[in-house]
Amino acid sequence: MNRNRLADKGHFIDRSKPLDFTFDGKRYMGFEGDTITSALMANDVKIISRSFKYHRPRATLSMAGHDANPLVQVGDEANVVADTRAIEAGMVVEAQNVSGSLENDRMQYLDKMGKFLPVGFYYKAFYKPKGAWKRWEPMIRRMAGLGKVDLKAHHGYFDKQYLWADVCVVGGGPAGLAAALEAAEASPDIEVVLVEETAHLGGALSYARFDAAGARADAERKKLVEAVTARANIRVLTGAYCNGWFTDHFLPIIQGNRMFKLRAKAVVVATGSYEQPLVFRNNDLPGVMYGSAVQRLINRYGVKPGSRAVIATSNADGYAAALDMMDAGIEVAAIADLNSERPHHELADAVADRGIPVSLGATVYEAIAKPHLNGIESARIAKITGEGRVADRHDTFDCDLIVSSIGWQPAANLIWHAGGKTPYNDATAMFEIGELPEGMHAAGSVASCFLLDTVIEQGRAAGWSAAKDAGFTRGAMPTVRNDKGEMGQNHPWPIFEHEKGKDFVDFDEDLQIHDLNNAVHEGYAHIELMKRFSTCGMGPSQGRHSWLNAIRLNAKANGLSVNEAGMTTQRPPYTAEKIGVLAGRSFEPKRFTAMHNRHVEAGGKMMLAGLWYRPEFYGDASRRAENIREEVAAVRGGVGLIDVSTLGGLELRGPDAAEMMERMYTWAYKKQETGRARYTLMTDMTGVITDDGVACRFGDNHFYVTATTSGVDGVYKEMLFWNAQWRLKVDITNVTGAYCGVNIAGPKSREVLEKLTDEDLSAGAFPYMGVRMATVAGIPCRLLRVGFVGELGFEIHCPAHSGEALWDAIMAAGKDHGIRPFGVECQRLLRLEKGHIIVSQDTDGLTNPLEADMEWALAKKRPFFIGKRSIEIQRDHLHRKLVGFEIAGENPAMPKECHLVIRDGEIVGRVTSCSYSPTLKKAIGLAYVAPDQAEPGSSFEVRVDSGTMAGKRVKIDTSKTVTCKVVKLPFYDPEGARQEL
Amino acid sequence: MKIMTCPLNGPRNISEFAYGGEVKDLPAPGCDDATWVDYVYLQENLAGVVKEWWYHTPTAFWFIAERDTRTDTILKTYAASDVFKERVDFSAGPRE
Repeated sequence: MNRNRLADKGHFIDRSKPLDFTFDGKRYMGFEGDTITSALMANDVKIISRSFKYHRPRATLSMAGHDANPLVQVGDEANVVADTRAIEAGMVVEAQNVSGSLENDRMQYLDKMGKFLPVGFYYKAFYKPKGAWKRWEPMIRRMAGLGKVDLKAHHGYFDKQYLWADVCVVGGGPAGLAAALEAAEASPDIEVVLVEETAHLGGALSYARFDAAGARADAERKKLVEAVTARANIRVLTGAYCNGWFTDHFLPIIQGNRMFKLRAKAVVVATGSYEQPLVFRNNDLPGVMYGSAVQRLINRYGVKPGSRAVIATSNADGYAAALDMMDAGIEVAAIADLNSERPHHELADAVADRGIPVSLGATVYEAIAKPHLNGIESARIAKITGEGRVADRHDTFDCDLIVSSIGWQPAANLIWHAGGKTPYNDATAMFEIGELPEGMHAAGSVASCFLLDTVIEQGRAAGWSAAKDAGFTRGAMPTVRNDKGEMGQNHPWPIFEHEKGKDFVDFDEDLQIHDLNNAVHEGYAHIELMKRFSTCGMGPSQGRHSWLNAIRLNAKANGLSVNEAGMTTQRPPYTAEKIGVLAGRSFEPKRFTAMHNRHVEAGGKMMLAGLWYRPEFYGDASRRAENIREEVAAVRGGVGLIDVSTLGGLELRGPDAAEMMERMYTWAYKKQETGRARYTLMTDMTGVITDDGVACRFGDNHFYVTATTSGVDGVYKEMLFWNAQWRLKVDITNVTGAYCGVNIAGPKSREVLEKLTDEDLSAGAFPYMGVRMATVAGIPCRLLRVGFVGELGFEIHCPAHSGEALWDAIMAAGKDHGIRPFGVECQRLLRLEKGHIIVSQDTDGLTNPLEADMEWALAKKRPFFIGKRSIEIQRDHLHRKLVGFEIAGENPAMPKECHLVIRDGEIVGRVTSCSYSPTLKKAIGLAYVAPDQAEPGSSFEVRVDSGTMAGKRVKIDTSKTVTCKVVKLPFYDPEGARQEL
Repeated sequence: MKIMTCPLNGPRNISEFAYGGEVKDLPAPGCDDATWVDYVYLQENLAGVVKEWWYHTPTAFWFIAERDTRTDTILKTYAASDVFKERVDFSAGPRE
């Protein structure tokens, strides 16, 4: 049975559904609707975690996860917030940051070492003597960090979804509910999304007390929730948190393993506020908690967190909590009201009626701990004599619960993300919302309003304004009364330093008052420096419970006002988010050509080329080299077929098509005859080579230009960019996806193709670099007699949907000729034998055509092409040149791509391509060398690695060089006789 | 994520657009080297209202945006043809 369970409270839990779970190996029973913390406290478990630095026992402070105390490990999931995570049957929960057991942590001695661990100790200790860090590091790494990561955990299912809303209301408390209702009432057409972090709508209405009788919250909650649920145009997302505000109201909303990317026209921020701790000695003991935490435990979960309580308060909230506690059977031993005047509100009156003694102008200034800090023995109350000071005389009250309600900090994270300002009001001791960005409205306690009637009116007004921003107006803006009531007021200095310390400001990082003061005194005075040096606010709760007091302390230590001290910049995310949520599903787009299945059927070993899949070679991977060599032999000696569909294709049509070509490319195209193809080379404004291909002229006004697989989108974009300014009469279309293509190459290619077309393919009728519109195997095609691989060959481009039929027809027609499909590797070798460059392999981000030895492709007389001017300027500054080289010797150590060309110890160039040519029976390659090494016959040295992989270490013999001889390009068939057959 | 209004496609997520640099005049082919280098390599990088090229990638549409770089506010966007109305020829000398 649950020892601390109340019979008549706890509207979140379902007592008909008990659930078993384990915590630190022990079995416990809770109910459906319980969180881990509520179920553990119902079972009288006192300690949930150990603190980060001193390993002090900790339990819930806020019952809302506004601190690191409730972080636990659930299975392989680290840093789960026990305050808010619902229990599940069979759940395995473990404490974090514990050596040994939670009750008897071997590291708790660290608490006694406090004076040896001053603020910033990790910046100072462990570095002396020299080399000390190496010994300390492993131990510190083990001690630092929270939770265990399962390195073998598999990627769970995460996904993303787009959402649109006219109005997004963040926060499902009274203000948010009212705002959503008002916005939704503006029109049946308006779409409202309401986001609530917990599983239940209601916010403070589901736990707080607003009246002496304690009836108002429940009634108001039921009314508002019912009205919101009834509206078809409000979509409610519970268990969902809005983790940031991004420009133009783009909101990431995380619900379980899904991230909604919500675009709203207007946003209502009704995110409430964080209750703040009273700072006194031992304020971190299990059993010291906020009034709101006690109310959450009692009213939501029916859990009684103690039997005898002392309350310290400076607002009506503390009295409301006192009434709730008494109703739950908790004895209230004493109330210390930090204000010196008796409060005048019905909650205080009701407390007085019940005969509870109230000490005015007094505070709890010390909690006396039980042995081993396992809870509270008693509380010491003393009169306040000045800011942060108390009288020597004190009263001691035995108790097991100390409850504080001394103020709030707005949960304005989304407002801060959006650049909204929240200046500190010295009169109310609160950060209050100032200017808000366009389309953003705030209501409720985030806007420093705690009186229920006013909160609801504020919500209505914010909802009305947001609807108006979204283009929906109904009636006049609801009025808001000018009364903020007695609840939610901040005490200006709830900070009582104790000579013995352990007066915690930041519970996540175990920071005490003197730690922050020392940081300032050591020179880290600016708020941003103090934060980083002390790590205050840098823990898991990101300052939710610590920043208000930290800023006040910083301001005081610096002799500044709070506004002068300022606030550190807040950025998304609002709370911890899983990497899986950001990653979403593992989408990897793939592009398949029309012939893809044929390659797979033929045993093609597919490789990635950009997003495309292309056959690297065909056949068994264990025979890779042999397969490639056989493919080379087929092309050189018979006939081969390769899929070139991934090549880019652009259509230029119009009277200025040739003019456009001459401006975009380096060569001349106006005089190019119809029915002819010409090489294209593109440079950018700096003269750097960006792409190459072939221009086919099919008419006076019609060019079909190929571009590289990865370059075509950029080429297309560049052409459109310039013609947006030049206004030439030319229409440019990217037809890459519309066409597919094959290249049939080899001395027997003509014989095969002749079987499939009526076109006269003889050398006389259809010469090298000729182009035709033709019909092949009944398919309308563009026939290009071009030769990237240096043999007689034809590129055939046809509509993509006919690609497979074309492939099949050619393979069938070539069967008797021994046709063989060849892959990318074979093609790369064949083109290297011909000395053709591959842009971005044999060129880099700085290569101009002069360096690439492509002077021949530069138009001389034209006043302009993109890059011309820059190329001319660089003519006198040539630092390197691309040359062909071969390596003498039987089995030379092969240079690899990017191996360096070294002369006199200086780098003068690098290898860009290198392969063994089975046709030429020697190693050949392309390399950048110094200009004076570029003449055929000269030689240069390449430093190669003879590195061998042995275990994890790579041994590289850097002394090894290979001598390469510069030869004239191309290596193979220099007269081009074979391709012109 | 910011929204940008494309003159052709209306308001779209900024991730659909690519930045194309400041709008600036191409110098005449016969300009001196310094003018050319300035054009190719140097940007004004003004803190204030600038005219920029933007490209809507899915529809391959270039247009011009006027943006205040101090606040990252897009003041207006319009088609390039609103500005570039005449055919440009290089033989005709520098364009004004």
